[in-house]
Amino acid sequence: MKTISHIATHELKRLFISPLAWILFAVVQFLLAIFFLLILGQFVDPAAASLFANYGVTEIVVVGLLQIAGIILLLITPFVTMHTFSEERQSGSIKLLLSSPVSITELVLGKYLGVVSYLFLLLGLIALMPLSLLMGTELDLLQLLAALIGLVLLTSSFAAIGIFVSSLTSQSAVAAIGTFGILFVLWIMNMVGNTGTELFREILTYGSLLNHYHHLLDGIFNSADVIYYLLVSSLFIILSIWRLDNERLY
Amino acid sequence: MNREILISVDHVFRYYGGDCAVNDVSFTVHRGEVLGFLGPNGAGKSTTMQMICGVLSPSAGQITVAGHDMLDSPRAAKQHIGFLPEQPPLYQDLNVDEYLCYAARLRGIKKAELKDAVTYSKQRCGLDETGKRLIKNLSKGYKQRVGIAQAIIHSPAVVIMDEPTSGLDPNQILEIRELISELGNDHSVILSTHILPEVQSVCDRVLIIHQGRLVLDESLDKLQQDDQIRPLKIALRQPPPLEVLGEIEGVVNIEQTGNHHFKIHCQSGIGTINRITKLAVESEWELYEIIPEQDSLEETFVQLTRGEISE
Repeated sequence: MKTISHIATHELKRLFISPLAWILFAVVQFLLAIFFLLILGQFVDPAAASLFANYGVTEIVVVGLLQIAGIILLLITPFVTMHTFSEERQSGSIKLLLSSPVSITELVLGKYLGVVSYLFLLLGLIALMPLSLLMGTELDLLQLLAALIGLVLLTSSFAAIGIFVSSLTSQSAVAAIGTFGILFVLWIMNMVGNTGTELFREILTYGSLLNHYHHLLDGIFNSADVIYYLLVSSLFIILSIWRLDNERLY
Repeated sequence: MNREILISVDHVFRYYGGDCAVNDVSFTVHRGEVLGFLGPNGAGKSTTMQMICGVLSPSAGQITVAGHDMLDSPRAAKQHIGFLPEQPPLYQDLNVDEYLCYAARLRGIKKAELKDAVTYSKQRCGLDETGKRLIKNLSKGYKQRVGIAQAIIHSPAVVIMDEPTSGLDPNQILEIRELISELGNDHSVILSTHILPEVQSVCDRVLIIHQGRLVLDESLDKLQQDDQIRPLKIALRQPPPLEVLGEIEGVVNIEQTGNHHFKIHCQSGIGTINRITKLAVESEWELYEIIPEQDSLEETFVQLTRGEISE
């Protein structure tokens, strides 16, 4: 357990030493701020008032913003996770880890925790934006909470997938692009389902990362959705452990 | 030898796809021993070392470190190992202190002992002044030292170093060699190299590996004792017939390598050389070169690693 926290702290520290972590913070905040302003502008525009007649500020502004936040996280998570194992392998520092009395499970969990902590800090910053609305209006705090939980779960599964892809290659760029590809496919999977049979569509829609996030954004806290994300995260963590364990053999 | 066995490598094989990189290698390392691991490029040295450290798994065979099996209880086994791979496993963007702290933590050193461990290993590797410098700004020699510091930070029973002096300048090589001899006092050291004098200056025992097989496992003292017959190169402007040279007392074997050059295998000791030079002067052979050829280890190495191993 201690080893996991050492590895996680180390990972987090190295992220913050590099400019990447700070630039990602800045860029994400900047992009979301623009969207926040746009959505808020639309919402308060008297001309469009009839359009939003049946909706509150939480449903339009907060959910709208967090939906975009999900997409932006999909775009940036690959850059956070790409280094985890690729770089270690490239520079040879992975041999330090492998020759230390540390199990592969501890290693992967440590890395995962480190990356996820960084992303959660980012989420914290993102959450400040909708929360700032509290200064002027009332919000449906429970819906916001459900949506944030959704974002946390979504990000966790992104990170697990990213770490797995990073464990496959020794090139960071390949890891980033690979992760992006997988995330994107998982995200839009339900769109492909429109052409197939009923069962095919069901499966694809259910498998889509997006689908479950939408439920939570709408404020529906369904344990099945939560379990879905936990399963995706665990699956890819276990795959990474297998992959690294096997690497010693071949 | 009744000293404790720290590493035992037992009939270990390792395949990369269909290629056999390490083929049935067995040896043991005792406490306090400095073992030199020799072999041509691609002989399987690094692979063997990485298997001992648990970075790679053997395809077959067993490796035990301080009584712990590397596969069954890797954690206990790795506790006793410090490893310096060919490329020091450094994080370029950390400073030396941060890096060593992390390495110490990975090796399970407690917080209370952390500072002492880091200071001690820095001091041993001559890194006292560099604690706050970023690793990427250090010279190659210093990076290598950081690599060694990392390997000894938890005072492991065995330190394994893969070509610790490659790419260093002669002064740095000397310093690192001194450090290795020093380490040999209280740790067992396995070191791979292709620099033969290095082995002679620091090692107690020599292993030569060739095409994945262990072809020699001998103590250095023994190797040098065995060496009763030394080759000698001489050049004479007016050489006598071969038989005349062959009749000199102490000469075992003689071959002509050029018009004026001869290779003489003779009993070691100054006597034979004296007789040859004296006779050369008396008979006016005009001796102009006399070179004791290659040291014993080099000779052995070349003999053992030349050509293919027949199955």
